[in-house]
Amino acid sequence: MVVFDKPKALADVQMHYCPGCTHGIVHRLVAEVIDELGIEGKTIGIAPVGCSVMAYDYFNCDMVEAAHGRAPAVATGVKRANPENIVFTYQGDGDLASIGMAETVHSAARNENITIIFINNAIYGMTGGQMAPTSLPGQITQTSPYGRNVNECGFPIKVCEMLSQLDGPEYLERVAVNNVKNVKNAKKAIKKAFQNQVDKKGFSLVEVVSSCPTNWGLTPSNALKWVEEKMIPYYPLGVYKDRSSK
Amino acid sequence: MSEKVLMKGNEAIAEAAIKAGCRHYFGYPITPQTEIAAYMAKRMPKIGGTFLQAESEIAAINMVYGVSAAGKRVMTSSSSPGISLKGEGISYMAGADLPALIVNVQRGGPGLGGIQPSQSDYFQATKGGAHGDFHMIVLAPASVQEMAELTVKGFELADKYRVTSMILADGTMGQMMEPVSLDFELAEEVEKPWAVTGTKMGRKHNIVNSLFLKPDQLEKTNIERFERYEIIKQNEVRYEEYLMEDAEICIAAFGIAARVARNAIDEARKQGIKVGLIRPITLWPFPEKAFADASNKVKQIISVELSMGQMIEDIRLSVNGKVPVTLCNRTGGMIPSPEQVLKAIINANEGGNE
Repeated sequence: MVVFDKPKALADVQMHYCPGCTHGIVHRLVAEVIDELGIEGKTIGIAPVGCSVMAYDYFNCDMVEAAHGRAPAVATGVKRANPENIVFTYQGDGDLASIGMAETVHSAARNENITIIFINNAIYGMTGGQMAPTSLPGQITQTSPYGRNVNECGFPIKVCEMLSQLDGPEYLERVAVNNVKNVKNAKKAIKKAFQNQVDKKGFSLVEVVSSCPTNWGLTPSNALKWVEEKMIPYYPLGVYKDRSSK
Repeated sequence: MSEKVLMKGNEAIAEAAIKAGCRHYFGYPITPQTEIAAYMAKRMPKIGGTFLQAESEIAAINMVYGVSAAGKRVMTSSSSPGISLKGEGISYMAGADLPALIVNVQRGGPGLGGIQPSQSDYFQATKGGAHGDFHMIVLAPASVQEMAELTVKGFELADKYRVTSMILADGTMGQMMEPVSLDFELAEEVEKPWAVTGTKMGRKHNIVNSLFLKPDQLEKTNIERFERYEIIKQNEVRYEEYLMEDAEICIAAFGIAARVARNAIDEARKQGIKVGLIRPITLWPFPEKAFADASNKVKQIISVELSMGQMIEDIRLSVNGKVPVTLCNRTGGMIPSPEQVLKAIINANEGGNE
């Protein structure tokens, strides 16, 4: 018999995400991992500014809403205050790789014992589809209406590759949630990122290549195709750093 | 009798914070307050505390936000340009009703300004200093002893009212050395049932948040916060009066300016001029009544400031046009001399300064 239950760490409320958005999948994976590790009662989540700003209503653990980009600094404070707590941030690409880049890089450099779930969907969703630091070359957005011109606005930032150059971080992996196989791998990576913190190993970041059908102007299924055909080739999946595997 | 030690103002703040139970400090180097960070870097590891040099002022204040959300006493310190950067976090902390102590050892501005003492962040400190409707409790020490005592007070008031307290000092107060007693009577620490410490599966989750998308809800949080501010205004106004009983001229000054003013007042008294001092210790809440009362008996109030005149606006609001309020000031890192203040007193006595 197969029983399909809602994870206990996920609140029983209606989420505000658009149809076809992959935030729901990633929320579920995080909640499943929290359940499986039995850590809900000591976990503190840090919500960002962006589409997942209201994640504080969706998880049953204690939650903090941070200023735009500052989640890793807030997480640092929460973790330093009570090191026995498990602290995770859940951030989008604008939050983590643009306005909050300094907080991201330095928390990684400090090997801060926190877990970061990084949603890369190559767009600012909440504000209505502007160019993100991870928008692809040529990608049409509200603020790159003729396509991202790399001569004017530069190239997308590959966060895992960049952070892997630092001595600090424990674990960096990029995953995707566009098909069943990738979702399963994403779950494994997220679980490892939390387990590392339980084991006091340090900074663990999982970048999840995600879709935004609404702002990409695609149907949910075509958006998943776009992840496969455009996003993953630019953002190759895999482990970028895993200190304990050496 | 308690033992006194010779300390710099900045060091007195740091040690007093530790005595008050603060075990978390986050900061970023900036003159003229770096002694606080240096002191914390030495002391915190020895007492099981956290000293962390953040990557920026912005990160530092957000680390403060995190520790405060987790229910622990926490502080940061900086000087004027750094406080501007912390403005974002200070506003978020106000919105989330988080307590903390923030120290501003002011230097001249605007912009990068200089590194010499100033009081030109008065507006920023007392009127909010960042976006949205909010206040901090602003404490203005005028001695190294007060740097220490108001630090302890700042933590206690912050916790009691769930607001940020700011020590608004200046480069002189930070750098000067004086004997200081660090024996404090500490108030009982308040419970923080709202803190994020983990549900332990025994309660509904706590959320620390400043986002309220429904306008009526947001308005409600603002109104409730301002009701708390009213209680602070009623209970926490602090000021010192000096020779005000028979005064015909009133000097208004805080911090280092008050010390300069006292010298000038003593000299003026020798010359037979009836002049006194009101020294606000809380700049917010402002001692409005003290000045309103003074306006019933003095012929002029002279605001002595290390700025182009900022506190003078609050004095004018307090006296509501009843007596002239004039300015005696230097700015940009310059300090008024006792002679300059004495001259203003003599002018006022002769009906001048208008």
